[in-house]
Amino acid sequence: MDEFIIELEGLTKKYGDFVAVDHLDLSIHKGEIFGLLGPNGAGKSTTILMMLGLTEPTSGNVSVCGISSTVHPIEVKRRVGYLPDDVGFYDQLSGRENLLYTARLNRLSWKEAERRVDDLLARVGLQEASGKKAGKYSRGMRQRLGLADVLVKNPEVIILDEPTLGIDPIGVKEFLELIVALSREEQITVLLSSHHLHQVQQVCDRVGIFVAGKLLAQGNISELSRTLFSDKEPYVIEVGLDFSTAEGMNAMEAVKSHLLGLEGIASVRVDKGRLSIGSTSDMTAEVARILVNAGFGLKYLNTKEYGLDDIYTKYFEGGEVYGKTA
Amino acid sequence: MEKLHNAVRRLREIPWIAKVSGTIHRFTQHMEERRALAISHPFWVIVQKEVTDHVRSWRFNILLFLILLTCFGSLYTSITNLVEETRKANDADDPFFFLKLFTLSDGSLPPFHVFIGFLGPLLGIGLGFDAINSEQNSGTLSRIMAQPIHRDYLINAKFTAALLVIGVMFFALGFWVMGFGMFIIGIPPTVEEFFRIICFLLLSVLYVAFWLNLSVFLSIRFRQAATSALTAIAVWLFFTVFYQIIVNLVARAMLPSEAASPQQLIGYQQFILNLMRVVPSQLYTDATTTLLVPSVRSLGPLTMEQAYGAIPSPLPLGQSLLIVWPQLTGLVAATVVCFALSYVSFMRKEIRSR
Repeated sequence: MDEFIIELEGLTKKYGDFVAVDHLDLSIHKGEIFGLLGPNGAGKSTTILMMLGLTEPTSGNVSVCGISSTVHPIEVKRRVGYLPDDVGFYDQLSGRENLLYTARLNRLSWKEAERRVDDLLARVGLQEASGKKAGKYSRGMRQRLGLADVLVKNPEVIILDEPTLGIDPIGVKEFLELIVALSREEQITVLLSSHHLHQVQQVCDRVGIFVAGKLLAQGNISELSRTLFSDKEPYVIEVGLDFSTAEGMNAMEAVKSHLLGLEGIASVRVDKGRLSIGSTSDMTAEVARILVNAGFGLKYLNTKEYGLDDIYTKYFEGGEVYGKTA
Repeated sequence: MEKLHNAVRRLREIPWIAKVSGTIHRFTQHMEERRALAISHPFWVIVQKEVTDHVRSWRFNILLFLILLTCFGSLYTSITNLVEETRKANDADDPFFFLKLFTLSDGSLPPFHVFIGFLGPLLGIGLGFDAINSEQNSGTLSRIMAQPIHRDYLINAKFTAALLVIGVMFFALGFWVMGFGMFIIGIPPTVEEFFRIICFLLLSVLYVAFWLNLSVFLSIRFRQAATSALTAIAVWLFFTVFYQIIVNLVARAMLPSEAASPQQLIGYQQFILNLMRVVPSQLYTDATTTLLVPSVRSLGPLTMEQAYGAIPSPLPLGQSLLIVWPQLTGLVAATVVCFALSYVSFMRKEIRSR
């Protein structure tokens, strides 16, 4: 896992005065699923285009599979499959013919191309629609055909730009499962760009948050929440208690001071029957034991980890600087 | 039917036929296998796909039908007039009888080469106006560009494919007219006539290639196919209709006085002619008439000194070609300029999805 398959160093792209991508450094391991998360217009697509050598960076280096995309784009494109957002196919050709064309562009012979295309169509569940004109495909089918199209060249890396846009929830789920299965089975590195947090959270090993051309943070979800909320509490334990009497209230005060004395607990808020405890490490079991020992009736106990949602909000709405870019 | 079937079977049983057919069968099977295993260069894969697209498209078939129709019409008028011509004019020394098939007309329908000069641009525009922008709008461009091919393959292949289609079509049409002509009037063309017709067909392909390149350039320039088509047609209309009017206006304004010297008059004539020759269609008309009517000796004014002593006979092919050489060069240059423009703008274009 130490091998980096995609490495970006100081990557910058300017359109006139507008800086689309600003000194981006990013490394992606072989075989992982990396989510590039950011609002629209953050420069995700531009970064992807530079990785494929379709756009020249203003400065900086891109290397994919150890090959520079700027100098040898063809070699890179031989190894990297790219599914653009809103992928298009030749409407007058059938799905199968579209894939055969891609296969032949990748220098496969007819025989080889046909074998591979039929395999892949079965894999993405389109074998019944393979003879249908691509123009008659539904959005979800087109996206699946796009995935098959990307896999035709037997890539080491696949880059998916907003792959789930405009597909219904069940379609999204199936599509993401397919991606995960592929990545795990064939050791394909996946770079997925999206602005849908939950989907990214579902499938990605690591996430990079990308706003206004800059990578603000990267890591897996818990790492991210730890780095981003280190000043606060990454864990919040919510407890529902069964008490209302004055006696209970007094006992509550005692418990509260007891809890605050523990290492790792940063804050305790009491609101009638609800208790909200912020901690820097996972203290759920400890808290439960103390409360039960103090004689309270425990109605529910819930550990809340900060999700991408909170991370997202923190970055995209919290900061005035970035607020405008979305 | 039964008898035929039996006959075929009996024929197959004859040893040498069986042997030969077996060999042929094995050979074709072998070729098929080889084709299935062969790896073609991506460039030719694109060309193949583009040609298929053109040939299957409604647009090309409608244009083809239109051209076939006019071709048939002009062939008909030229043949009916050819009979008249032979009866009344007794210049049996005219060695270019066959070429009249392409140029003769009674005025009711223009002759073949004028038709091609008129419809050729339409064909070129029709095949090129949405070459790049339709790919962009349907989102296929970024997908194709993500394949391991050089970027210029696409534009070169599009040009090659359209040129192949046009070339095959024009040569087929030309040979078809020739064949029909031979069949009906019963006179085969001489070698020179044959080469003149070949030159004419090549020139027509070149002329259409110019319009093709112009429209491909516009298709890169404009994102909407309709805009690029309309612009191409506007350019074509301007050159075929309005440009002449403007030149006429200029000519009238600059008309030298009656007392002008012959040098001045010639200079004026030359100037107006050169103005006309900015237009590719004028170049094409000049070139085709010279090629198809061998008696044309010059495309500009001739002085008495130049005409004096000339034998009033048709020019040989080499001399005709020499006369139209500037026109040919001009057309080639215009085509190359358009292609270069589209090449450069395509290479610089940033490819985004939709």
